[in-house]
Order: sequence, then C-alpha cells, then structure tokens
Amino acid sequence: MVSEKKSEKIPVWDLPDIPKGELPPHIQLQRTRVSCTFDAPTHTENVLYSGAYAAMGVDNSLRLPEFRNNFKVEVVSLSEDDMEFDMIGIDASIANAFRRILIAELPTMAIEKVFIANNTSVVQDEVLAHRLGLVPLKVDPRHFNYMSEKDEPNEKNTIVFKLHARCEKGGPRIKVKSNELKWLPNGSEFKLSTEKSNPDSTSKPKTYTSFGCSQDSMPEFANNPIASKHGDIILAKLGPKQEIELEAHAVKGMGKTHAKWSPVATAWYRMLPEIVLLEEIVDEKAEELVKKCPVNVFDIEDIGKGRKRATVANPRSCTLCRECIRGDDWEKLVAVRRVKDHFIFTIESTGALPPEVLFTEAVKILEDKCERVISELS
Amino acid sequence: MEHGSYQDQSQATFTLTDEDHTLANSVRYILNQDPRVTFVGYSIPHPSDARVNIRVQTTGDPAREVLKDSCEDLMFLCKHVTNTFDQAVAEFKSRPKPESMNISP
Repeated sequence: MVSEKKSEKIPVWDLPDIPKGELPPHIQLQRTRVSCTFDAPTHTENVLYSGAYAAMGVDNSLRLPEFRNNFKVEVVSLSEDDMEFDMIGIDASIANAFRRILIAELPTMAIEKVFIANNTSVVQDEVLAHRLGLVPLKVDPRHFNYMSEKDEPNEKNTIVFKLHARCEKGGPRIKVKSNELKWLPNGSEFKLSTEKSNPDSTSKPKTYTSFGCSQDSMPEFANNPIASKHGDIILAKLGPKQEIELEAHAVKGMGKTHAKWSPVATAWYRMLPEIVLLEEIVDEKAEELVKKCPVNVFDIEDIGKGRKRATVANPRSCTLCRECIRGDDWEKLVAVRRVKDHFIFTIESTGALPPEVLFTEAVKILEDKCERVISELS
Repeated sequence: MEHGSYQDQSQATFTLTDEDHTLANSVRYILNQDPRVTFVGYSIPHPSDARVNIRVQTTGDPAREVLKDSCEDLMFLCKHVTNTFDQAVAEFKSRPKPESMNISP
C-alpha cells in the first residue's frame, strides 16, 4: 500500500537546530543503555572511538577530569567476607579488568606440598593432598614471598602445618576436620632421609625446611596464629585403627596457576537494571503487571477514586527474565534496560584478606601492569 | 617488544609478554578514546602463549608515545578509582548501622 498523503517538503534551513555538543536522545539512549527487548538484548556494544560522534559535534574522547567528576563508588553492603558496591561511571573493560585480576592474579597462600608419613585411611594420598590444597588459609599473603624452584623453603615463603589423626581401636569412626591442621612456626619436623643420624652432633638435624627463625616471633604473626579459615571442613573420615600423619607446606601462588590460590570465592558484576514504564499502566493492567514479575519489581500506588497505577518500586532486584514484556503489546508499555556504566560489583572473599582490601590490591596490580609497560617502552 | 618501521613511527605492533585480556582490553579502551589514534586492536595469537599483540596506528604521533600516554592515563584512572573506593568504604564504615538493613535484593 502506498500512502496517499504526501510528505510536505521542509527546506533544510527551516529544520530545527540540533544543539551542538549534545547527542539526540535516541542515540544517547543507545550509547548509555542496553535495551533488553523480548527476542534479544540490543545496543550491547560500547562506542569507544573518539570521533564516533564527530559529525554531531560531540567529542567522544576520554577526558580524565570529566571521569573524575562522574566516577562514583557506593558501598551497598560490607561484611567480613562479602562486599557489594556500585561502581558508576566506568567502562566495562576496566571493571572487567578488576574482576579478572581479583579472580586470577591476586596472590594467596595455599597448601602446595604434602608430605605423607602415614595414611591408612580410605582416602588416597593424592586425593587427600588435593583436598588439603583447597582449604582456605587465614593468612595475609603480603607477608610472604613467592618460592621459585631453586629457592629453599624458609620462613619467608613457606607455612608448615602438621596433621596427625588416629581413630582408636573399638572407638567410633571419626571425622578429620581442618582445625586439626596445626601450624608449625618452626618449620618442618620431618628429618631429611639423606641426613645421617649422628648422635654426637649438636646441630639440629636437617628437615624439609630451613627456617632461619620461628614464624611466631615475627610481629605480624605473634598474636595472630596462622590457621585454616574454617575449622569445620572435613578432610577425611577414619575408621578404627586408621591413621593419618602428614605435613602440609603452603606457599604463595596465583589463581591463574590453580584455583586454590584464588582469594575470592567469586567476584562478579552486573549492570544496573533500569525499568521504564513507557505509558501509564492502570487498574487491571497494573495488577497484571505486578503479578507477571516473579521478583516483585513493580508496585501499585493509589491515584484516588479507587484507581491504581503501576510503579517501578525495586528495579535492582530485576533479573532480566523479561516476563514483564512477554505477550501482547507489553513491549510497548514496559522497557527493560541496563545502564552501561553502572556496575553492581560483588566480591566474596575466601578469608585471606577482607574484600575491600582485595579490591584495592586488584587496582594496584592493574597500575603495576601499566607501569611495567611504560618502563618497557622507555 | 615493538614491531614497526624507522621511516614511519606512527604505526606499530607491540608484543607484551605475560599479559592477557586484562591489560590489553583496558589499554585498547583508553587508546580508542584518544583522538590521535586512528586504529587500535589487540589479539592473542595463541591461547597457550602468554602474550598479546597490540596494534596502534596514529594520525602522526609515534605509536610508542601514544601507547605510553594511554598507560599513564590508565594509571591515573586506577589511582582515582582507589581513592574514591577507599573514601566510599570509610564512609560506609563510619555510617551508623540500623538494626535491619535490607538493601541487597
């Protein structure tokens, strides 16, 4: 069908002026929001190129003073191990860098070597060693150095734990829990098998570690003994007459080598959901909308004379299930969007460091990376 | 390591060892917003090699200097993030806590 009505010709000089330095609203919307339409999210990309809006007189280049004015952090909740905060006014690439560093590049201490003197339990040596490796340790990794292959284990790079559990004959079966890992501040107690036992020598026999001093004499550990973060992790179960005797050596490492060194249970972010009612939704429609949402994003307010109007009460809890825009013409009434530069960041620490410290350390690591590149280039 | 030419310093590929998307994507973001840059992109030639290639082409300035500037920008950005974050945490800790705080969804 061809429309009968002819569009009137408007001379170009009669067109309304587009304000310079400002994007038209629809482009601004595409730039700052992801629209979650029923079939797929659209405008998910970030427009980065500095000259992307040059034709409209808008400079898209990075200006640090502007970033400084717009960047905001709001802490939502903070406990010993968990933290949630809003990071506003930053690009996804930087937020993602922080997340990646938190997961893979922040060091912690974890058990790496296990010397098993006796294991008659049903748990095989290698399985037990793997389980020990995954036990989170409550110790600040910044007090320790990395141990390279040629390094001797000493008090600055190794923590030694001892585990000796035995189930007596005739007794009930017992559970070996992580609180039985006893810290040995003086290092290993196992003698090296190559050492000849010489009863005349007064020097200490050589062990698997060579500690120069006791770790509990160091000021950082004097009143803060090193132990497993959780005492109730079951390592093995022992039947009568079964026994485990071992020594576990923890070293510093990074999550990209093995997940046991990751300081976070996980760290993630999501973009802030934004729900806009494009038209006023009243009465039955409003009731229907409230019922459609499984996480109670919408609420109803009275507008007098027994009439009701739908409102967006709790957009943060939206999971983007898009139930609210399903069916009929709901997509024309409700718009589900995400704010591209507003990140709800969550950090769950495993206990080595509090979450707020983890984040500042992560930012520091990104800084160090930049510094390395600068020094390599100059 | 820089792969470029002596005649034309405005375009070069930089190979960074022991780096991955974490740094490369952040640097790419910063460089893309630099008006001197005509093209920037990065690639990881093989997933089991720990290195990235970053390609920088500029309108005339030496690519090396532009990349260096972008790293400096990124450092300033990080510093500002740390400061803002520390302030927000200090402010949160000093805030009096109501008995039942139910903010998180």
